[in-house]
Amino acid sequence: MKTTDLSIKELRNKIQSRELSATQVVETFFNRAQSLNKKLNAFITLNERAIDEAKHLDQRLAAGENPGPLTGMPIAIKDMLCTQGIKTTAGSKMLSQFVPPYDSTVVARLKKAGAIVIGKTNLDEFAMGSSNETSYFGAVKNPWNLDYVPGGSSGGSAAAQAARLAVASIGTDTGGSIRQPASFCGIVGVKPTYGRVSRYGIVAYASSLDQAGPMTTTVSDAAEILEIISGHDQHDSTTSQKKVPNLIVPQEKSMKGFKIGLIKEYETDSLNADVRKTVHSAVETAKMLGAEIIEINLPLTQYAVPIYYLVAASEASSNLARYDGVRFGHRSDFHSLAAIELEKFYCRNRGEGFGSEVQRRIMIGTYALSSGYYDAYYNKAGQVRRLLTEQFRNAFQKCDVILSPVSTTPAFKIGERIADPLTMYLNDIFTTSTNLAGLPGMSLPFGFSTQGLPIGVQLTADHFNEEKMFTVAYALEAAAHLSERIPNVNA
Amino acid sequence: MSMRNYEPVIGLEIHAQLKTNTKMFSSDSTRFEASDNENTSPVSVGMPGALPVINKQAIDFAIRAGLALNCQIRKKSVFSRKNYFYPDLPKGYQISQYDLPICEEGFIEFTVDDEPKKIQIIRAHLEEDAGKSTHQGDYTLINLNRSGIPLLEIVSGPDLRSGKEASVYARTVRQILRYLDVCDGNLEEGSLRCDCNVSVRKVGTEKFGTRVEIKNINSFRFVEKAIEFEIERQIDAIERGESIVQETRLYDPDKNKTFTMRTKEDAQDYRYFPEPDLLPVILTEAQLSKIKLELPELPQQKCSRFQKQYSLPFYDSEILTAERELSEFFEEAVKICNNPKGVSNWMMTELLRELNEAKLTIQQSPISAVNLGTLVGLIDKGTISGKIAKTIFAEMWKTSDHPEQIIKAKGLTQITDPKAIGLIIDELIAKNPGPVSEYRAGKTKLLGFFVGQAMKASQGQANPEILNQVLLEKLKG
Repeated sequence: MKTTDLSIKELRNKIQSRELSATQVVETFFNRAQSLNKKLNAFITLNERAIDEAKHLDQRLAAGENPGPLTGMPIAIKDMLCTQGIKTTAGSKMLSQFVPPYDSTVVARLKKAGAIVIGKTNLDEFAMGSSNETSYFGAVKNPWNLDYVPGGSSGGSAAAQAARLAVASIGTDTGGSIRQPASFCGIVGVKPTYGRVSRYGIVAYASSLDQAGPMTTTVSDAAEILEIISGHDQHDSTTSQKKVPNLIVPQEKSMKGFKIGLIKEYETDSLNADVRKTVHSAVETAKMLGAEIIEINLPLTQYAVPIYYLVAASEASSNLARYDGVRFGHRSDFHSLAAIELEKFYCRNRGEGFGSEVQRRIMIGTYALSSGYYDAYYNKAGQVRRLLTEQFRNAFQKCDVILSPVSTTPAFKIGERIADPLTMYLNDIFTTSTNLAGLPGMSLPFGFSTQGLPIGVQLTADHFNEEKMFTVAYALEAAAHLSERIPNVNA
Repeated sequence: MSMRNYEPVIGLEIHAQLKTNTKMFSSDSTRFEASDNENTSPVSVGMPGALPVINKQAIDFAIRAGLALNCQIRKKSVFSRKNYFYPDLPKGYQISQYDLPICEEGFIEFTVDDEPKKIQIIRAHLEEDAGKSTHQGDYTLINLNRSGIPLLEIVSGPDLRSGKEASVYARTVRQILRYLDVCDGNLEEGSLRCDCNVSVRKVGTEKFGTRVEIKNINSFRFVEKAIEFEIERQIDAIERGESIVQETRLYDPDKNKTFTMRTKEDAQDYRYFPEPDLLPVILTEAQLSKIKLELPELPQQKCSRFQKQYSLPFYDSEILTAERELSEFFEEAVKICNNPKGVSNWMMTELLRELNEAKLTIQQSPISAVNLGTLVGLIDKGTISGKIAKTIFAEMWKTSDHPEQIIKAKGLTQITDPKAIGLIIDELIAKNPGPVSEYRAGKTKLLGFFVGQAMKASQGQANPEILNQVLLEKLKG
């Protein structure tokens, strides 16, 4: 088996037994990433120091140290997470030159476990998009078919992972940005419960929705990564003090007695036939494995997309205010600063630094928070959001895990929807409610379209109940036998 | 000044910088003396990805202040974002409190020209300060040391009716905050800042006039003057038939005038919304009662205790309790000599005068409380006369030495031995036969002359009572 096809556990065994050095592992991935990136555009920045860092780890190993469970694992990091000394662009011209002086908590924890940042992956600008086409650094290609989008916003991480350019990848998910590209690229993508993973050092898009999570080739790899990055962080007040469960070794080995919920409102005519078929086959598999199927009603999910776009855009309009060209961000080429009015200074910097999708969301959010509109939009969205959370709470009285599609269609062609923001927004119909309710969710590869594009199914569990979600994922993964299927990308 | 049948309506917003060691939402130091941009971190410069974390000490300080201002303390308060662009506001929003502030519905009481006043406190909320812009020619320099320093904004009701009332109110708030040790109240360093809302209306009308805000006044004297100017300006304008424009004005102390800073048309829509990076602040009854128990004695309580416990007049008590440190100095000195009025007199006539002249605070006084108490005790015991005490006091001020040490070194002990005093008087009588016979012939007014001469001969060290006694006896013949 090729080094790049090994799981975290397999690689760890080989490194610990000295069959492979950390340097060899990192070099192999780095070279593959460097050559395939020309086709995929998955990375914005490759970490030129990665191999040196691996050499350092080998020295520590030789000295008898054990740097941690991820020693020598090259990990691709979405370019929303601050990495000390490595450019962090958020996919925007605005931050195209920004080199953070500090590591985000997620990156710090991965490094502490021995992992190596192999590079920073491409994304929709400020994570605003569902196709990775809004990136200032150009669109990412889907490794299964280069004419297709990888999904978004964590499209670079998804493409890099599917093409095995890293052992594991990190994405962020505000309305589906881990799960949808994971589904489009045929990998596992987990959005943890809100508060499970620290947001410290992650460029904020919508603070009450953002969560970082693993994007991996297998469920157990996702568990390995999630365990490392989870847990309370004193720098993020919204992180939970709750104990991080052991997800690597599942508590339950079968789905016997599990109640799987199907959301009635998700049975829509707009569902693509291949997606419908995939979800159906997952339901049948669950049944076969001993699960009970329960139909649940979540009527408020029909409002999830509008609520999401109000909440996310409102928070974004405030979160992105700091990019004004004073301390951070693109500063326009002014002939003389003395002659320019402050307002014009801001307008030009922000007008040039932000792309059109980001500007659109800032404007929507600014409008929704304006005096006179706040109650009708932001406040009302918050009220419906609380009711939606309540409906999910009731649903989880009846079932353990909800199974649903991730998106209405498999990956679409590059350029096909970018001119039509509304169609693009509706793509998030099945994923946004999970973020609004703060629930854990994941995408698991479960089939392929007639055109050979991967299709995932979505699992959602109650707050801090990742254990149940992973139990179902392990069982379905074993039945589907898909993790060995790797896209064929040639340099 | 003439009110011409108009009634001013004034409300104050006081921004008090809390004396925490670290900032409101980060572990950056709050040290004032730090060099430019030294007290910063990813959080206080608004670095992408940085998140705020609430400083628990600031919450405690706000509760302390709220309780002392007779406020209701909310069991659940919420931080909100106030969004606006300014170069010294690095995040593009200020984290403040909006609809659910930590303290609400309080009041304070004080007197102005012997008239009792009760002023409502509408709310007191926590927020972070912005950085500081310094404009230099074509450039503006930004120092973010102040960015994120915790502020308590205390908002009064529209209950104040004159510049003087407003300044007494502000002084009273400052005094309370200083007693609580939550704010150092230094207006020059900006740790206390006042914004005044001023309007006028015809006496008897209920409706408020259009209000004008005067921002960032850095002394209580200027609060009074700025408001008085503004009241006159508004009345003049209305009398001329003009209407008042709702605006923000600045006060220029050199010209004693206010002038327009920005009008309402430039007013910002702050787009407040709950800060999603922070959880609501939840307080328990136990937490609140613990802080309540730990509250120190407040100035008004202390002032009435001083009147009762030490039998001091209101005037003395008020001055001695004006500053917590002053009252502590007083009580420490009284402990030594057990003569409250004596200590009070020495503090108010001598010590405070010297301190004022030297522009020193009581904490910087070269004379310690123990030493002042000892000095008063030595007078009471008759070891020294009041006159000698003044000499010793001057020496204490210069050297910070203990009074007994000075007495010993300079040989300033009082002469109380009647025989020794008798010898001095004998010599005096021998030298002045004329006045002696005049006295003995009935010109008893001359006693003063003899007392003066005898005291002079003793170099002021004779005990005046004994001297008097011996003198009277000897003059009888």
